[in-house]
Amino acid sequence: MAQAAAVADEHHYTSTGLDSWKVGFWTFIGSECLFFATLISTYMVYKGKSLVGPFPEEILDIPLTTISTFILLMSSLAMVLALDGIRRGSKKLTLVWLGAVILLGTTFLGFQVYEFNHFVHEGLTLGTNVFASSFYVLTGFHGAHVTVGVIWLLTLWILAARGRLASGDSMKVEVAGLYWHFVDVVWIVIFTLVYLIQ
Amino acid sequence: MSAEAMAGTGGLGAQRQGERAEEHGHHPSPAFYWMIGGILTVITAVEVAIFYVPFLEPVLVPLLLALSAGKFVLVVMFFMHLKTDSRIFSGLFLSGLVLAVFMTVALVVLFHVLPEYQTLTAG
Repeated sequence: MAQAAAVADEHHYTSTGLDSWKVGFWTFIGSECLFFATLISTYMVYKGKSLVGPFPEEILDIPLTTISTFILLMSSLAMVLALDGIRRGSKKLTLVWLGAVILLGTTFLGFQVYEFNHFVHEGLTLGTNVFASSFYVLTGFHGAHVTVGVIWLLTLWILAARGRLASGDSMKVEVAGLYWHFVDVVWIVIFTLVYLIQ
Repeated sequence: MSAEAMAGTGGLGAQRQGERAEEHGHHPSPAFYWMIGGILTVITAVEVAIFYVPFLEPVLVPLLLALSAGKFVLVVMFFMHLKTDSRIFSGLFLSGLVLAVFMTVALVVLFHVLPEYQTLTAG
């Protein structure tokens, strides 16, 4: 009986036979879709309604954002390879790919900090116009999600480095991966609607 | 059978079901993931390239939306494993996503399309 309880503690299955972590996390992701939809909708509603500049077409830097988009896409690839690594029981692969995701995620945040800093120097602050307000809130919340993801993955990397993340713990990496990929798909939408469709 | 024993048996039963559910999810090879990463890169390059092509301007918005949707589907299906995972996860995700898309489209129509339509018909 004690053995059964110990096994049940490792993986919490719901009555559907699915892991409760994943069921809970997919529900959370579903709710996050609505959260980002409110921010994207606000941006879309106020699009073209700014009375004073700088306007999006004057200030958005497509080549720079294309690079940061590529970096975030590649971080998703690294994330799925990290999951593959832990499923294979390879500590080395897990550490390398988790480290790559953390590095790429931090680089993406660096691009965002540079972009915000550049915009402020160009006179686009949070209260300049409705474009600025909706743009900073939308991309700022996305950046906050990336930051949470980087901290989460850094925690997993430290656990893996200390040998406390075995192949039996792959669900921990899988759930963190789901979060990371979701942040990536939100950026796919933002890149198109905010940067490319002006 | 005691209540505790029954609970234990139920837990193990659910665990076995879970193991079966996980066995159904086939995990692709790293090469496959690299291929998806390559396709995502190519689509992003195409998106940015067509942005700078003047004669595509009339069809730019639907083209960009289609390419973006393609990238979205690739990540969700293969990196998030919805293609091979349980349909329940797809249902949980799509319930939020469909509501989100509906809300965004409704607001854009209310604030951009309808006012322009009313201006055109009034003129």
